[in-house]
Formats: sequence, C-alpha cells, structure tokens
Amino acid sequence: MDFLNAIVALLNFVVIPATSYGAQLALGALGVTLIYGILRFSNFAHGDTMAFGTAMVILVTWAFQSVGIHFGPLPTALLALPFGIAITAALVLATDKAVYRFYRRQKAAPVILVIVSMGVMFIMNGVTRFIIGVGEIRFDDGGRFIVNANEFKKATGLAEGLAFRSTQGLTILTAIIVVAALFWFLNKTRTGKSMRAYSDNEDLALLSGINPERVVAVTWIIAAGLAVIAGTLYGLDKSFKAFNYFQLLLPIFASAIVGGLGSPLGAIAGGFLIAFTEVGFTYAWKKVATYVLPDALAPDGLAQLLSTDYKFAVSFAILVIVLLFKPTGLFKGKAV
Amino acid sequence: MSSSRNPYKDDRGNKDRSITKSGGGELEYPTKGGKARPAPGGPFLAAENMTGGYGAADILHDCTLTVEKGQIAVIVGPNGAGKSTAMKAVFGMLNLRGGHVKLDGEDITALTPQDRVAKGMGFVPQVNNVFPSMSVEENLEMGAFIRKDDFRATMEQVYDLFPILKDKRRQPAGELSGGQRQQVAVGRALMTKPKLLMLDEPTAGVSPIVMDELFDRIIEVARTGISILMVEQNARQALEIADRGYVLVQGANKYTDTGEALLADPEVRRTFLGG
Repeated sequence: MDFLNAIVALLNFVVIPATSYGAQLALGALGVTLIYGILRFSNFAHGDTMAFGTAMVILVTWAFQSVGIHFGPLPTALLALPFGIAITAALVLATDKAVYRFYRRQKAAPVILVIVSMGVMFIMNGVTRFIIGVGEIRFDDGGRFIVNANEFKKATGLAEGLAFRSTQGLTILTAIIVVAALFWFLNKTRTGKSMRAYSDNEDLALLSGINPERVVAVTWIIAAGLAVIAGTLYGLDKSFKAFNYFQLLLPIFASAIVGGLGSPLGAIAGGFLIAFTEVGFTYAWKKVATYVLPDALAPDGLAQLLSTDYKFAVSFAILVIVLLFKPTGLFKGKAV
Repeated sequence: MSSSRNPYKDDRGNKDRSITKSGGGELEYPTKGGKARPAPGGPFLAAENMTGGYGAADILHDCTLTVEKGQIAVIVGPNGAGKSTAMKAVFGMLNLRGGHVKLDGEDITALTPQDRVAKGMGFVPQVNNVFPSMSVEENLEMGAFIRKDDFRATMEQVYDLFPILKDKRRQPAGELSGGQRQQVAVGRALMTKPKLLMLDEPTAGVSPIVMDELFDRIIEVARTGISILMVEQNARQALEIADRGYVLVQGANKYTDTGEALLADPEVRRTFLGG
C-alpha cells in the first residue's frame, strides 16, 4: 500500500506536472529550433511572441465570454486560439518585413540578427504589457479536473490523492497533435521539404527555384503558431503573466540546445528532459521517501534539492554541462 | 573579403554556434533580372565576348564559349585562369560588363540564375551541391521543385543512369561517399530536364576509378541530347571525351579546338598537359 501511495504521490507531484510542463517547453523549443535551423539565428523574441500571442488569445476569450460563447467542458481559450495565432502571425510577419528582411537582404552575419531579435524582444515585451497589463490573469474555464483528488482517494482507498487537471491533459494531447502535424508537414509536404532544403543549403535551394521569401514567411507563421499554442497552454496550466514568458526563454533555449539545435526531435526530447530535471530537483521528496524507505531512513527535512526559486539554475546547469560535453546536443543538431 | 566592405557581414569573431548557425547563402536574391529576348541563329549555347568579374577588376576578358546540341564542351586551364568564373558567368552568377549569353535561340544575358534554370540550364556547383540532411530521393524532388508536372519518369531515368542512387534513395545525401554525392548532385540538376548541363569540376576529390565512371555517365547524358559544359582539373581525361575544348588563360581564350585536336597539339601538351 505504501508503495502504491508513493507511486501515486510521484505521479501527482512530479510526473504529471513535469509532463505537461515538458510539453509546453517542447512546443516552445520547436519554434526556436525552426527559426534557428532555417533563419540561422536564435530568436530571443520567442518568449515575448508567446506572451503577445497568449495576450491576444485572452482578449479574444474575454470577447467570446462576454457574448456568451463557451466551449462546453473545454476552455474557451481553445476556441480563441486560431484568432490569437492569426493576429500573432500577422505581427511576426510585419516585424519580418519591417526589421529582419533588411538584414537578410544585406546577408548580415547571424550574430547581428540575434541582437536584432533582442531589440524586437524588448519592443514586443512593452507592447504586450501595454495591451494587457503586468498583472496575473487566470483565463481557464470549463471542466477543471479529469481525475479529482478526493474522488480518486474515495475510489481507490489510498491515502494519496491523484489530481489530473483538464488543462494538463489538454496540454499533453495538443502537444502530441501539433508535433505530429509539424513532422508530417516537414517530411511529407512540398513546402515542408523546401524549408528543410533551404535550411540545408540556401544557395542550392535558390538554384532549385525555391523562393526564399516564401520559406521565411512560412517559417515565421509556423513559429508564431507554435509560440501561441505553447504560451496559451502554459497560461491555462499555470496563469498568464507577461514576465513569466520572458523568463521561460531560458528553459526553452536550454531544451532546444540540449536536444540539438536545428533538430525538431531534439527539441521535444530536450523539453521533457529539462522539465523533468527541473521538477525533480525542486520537488520535496520527503513524502515519497517516507512511503518507500524504512522508518529509520525516513528524511527529517523536506528532501528538496533546490528551492523552487532556483529552478532556472537547473536549466542553466544542464545547458553548461551539455555545451561542455556534448555540444551538438543529444540528437546531433547542426553542430553548436 | 566582403566583411570589410559590408559591416552587416562582420560577425566580430563571434563563432558561438549556440546562438547562430553558419553556412548562410552567398547568392543574391532574385530581386533584379530582366527578360529573355529572341535571338535566333548561332550555336545552341553561345556565350560570346564575356567580360566582367566580381568586383572592380575584370576576371574574364572577351571570353567566348559555345556548345552545340548534345555535345560536350570542356573548359581547362591552369589554376586561377577563370574557368569556374566563366561557367558562373554563363549561369548569370556574375555581372557581365560586356558580351552576351544566348541559349537555344534566346538572349538570356539579363536573366537571374533562377530564371535560367527555368529556361533549361542545369548547374552543378563544385562544392555544397547536395542537401546533406535530406534523403537522395528528396534531393531529386527538390531538383524538380520548379516543375509542376509529374516528374516520376525523370526520377526513374536518373535512377537508371545512376543505379546506386536507387539503392540509397532513403539515405541522407550527406552520408554518401564523394562519388555518390556527385551522382546525386548531377541527378538533382537533371531533374528539371535541362537542355544544357553545367558541371563545375564534377570529379574533384574522387578516385580515378570513380572519375572514369562519372565521365562515362556524362557521355551517356550527352547522348540523350543534353549539351554539357564542364570545367575540369583532370584536363587530359576530360579532353578525351570533349567534342570541344577551351583552354583559358587569365580569363581569355588561349586555344579552342576539338578535344582530340587539343590533345594532339604539341603546344597545348607541353604547356598544359605536362608533356
């Protein structure tokens, strides 16, 4: 019984939260890795693109709610998602036309584009706060739980409850669908293949008649879509706060680099790796340890390796270790 | 070279691959570019009196290259003679100050390289001529990108020409050997069904056996009616298969004749073929 309780506690506090967090990171890292692979620079504005997109989704959600549109047991934000993606894609494309294209035409060194993206980040940062404010916003509605802790306790007779929130389930499900669709797109469609060709060899792609401007535009649209989906899922799961998305940039980059920059598969693996280590390091293991270990060995303290305030240090540490020992990342990205 | 002129290209020594990916394109985007004009008569490909270079200094001086339909023309010459530059000029990757390029009765001097591909030119660069992370089959598909019709028959023809590619069609092109990679590169260029195939040192870095096989394949391609313009380091072997040979020296035509005649010419033998 103790062993079962330990497993349930582990599922409840580590596996489920880390899986949904990992799915969010994976979606974010996919966007970063796409931009890196095709436009050849790390897009520092990605976190704020997520914030902007989520803000748009929230505004549309509020508009829907005010006219009485709901999505049954699912969050209304899901209905608003396509609108948020459309608005964000439009903004990102406008940014590309106004800012990035100039540098692309100049054949600017990628490091200059990195700095440019930082400028874009600060502006998007400000615009988002200007529109929706700096406070914390909860915008999830619909059914709260797939598995309720109390009902679970009653049904199983275990001391530990298992809570599986609908937003967590939704996050995992959406991530699977989006990732499958993205892989299908990149590997099976003509446009997707032309994007990979452009990523591989720009000049040869040009000589094969692939229009670079079209590849770049499609890349931005997909990256914007991934950012808005990841941002909205994160916001539904936790809550929306513009600053949180800026902070999310670090674990997202860590995920992309750990997996191997430029490798979509690596971005996903990296996302889950970062999420599980982060949660694993900041979780107080006392409860699980008490169930599993004999009484004599039970820990006195919380058995928490790091305070949750230091969770970003975990991403940093993993990043440093990977860059030191396996610079191409787990999935052999484009040689970091 | 260019970094000193354009500050945007100056990366100030930053080689951090965790934030930037190297290997961007060198080609200019097809922003400019005019239209083709009809110019009937003359050889199938007539690149005549080409003068020009990358910057202020000219590399080509009044250079003329012609190829007839289904023939093989080979450009040879010492290092730095402007062989590859002449080929790039024919393909429109170089601004010409003088001269013109005519293909199949059309003056295409004003066209961008991309437009020339649509007009029936296929170009195989010397290096970076495949998509390394994509499979052989995908490489061929990308070669046919501008084609709107069904290109499966052409792909079968390429597989017939290079049977090894059919066996390796699911393998990433970057994992193939040098010779196989060249076959992919030629196959990719053939996917547009070009009228003129241009090869920039196709045998660079491959073993002599592979080189002989590649030359055999090139002859086979020419027999299907495709004209071939080729730059070669291995001058003797290349001239043996050439219907027409051009010896360039300092960007200008030095000797022009059939491949056989050039091989027989004692002057050419002494100065360029090592006796």
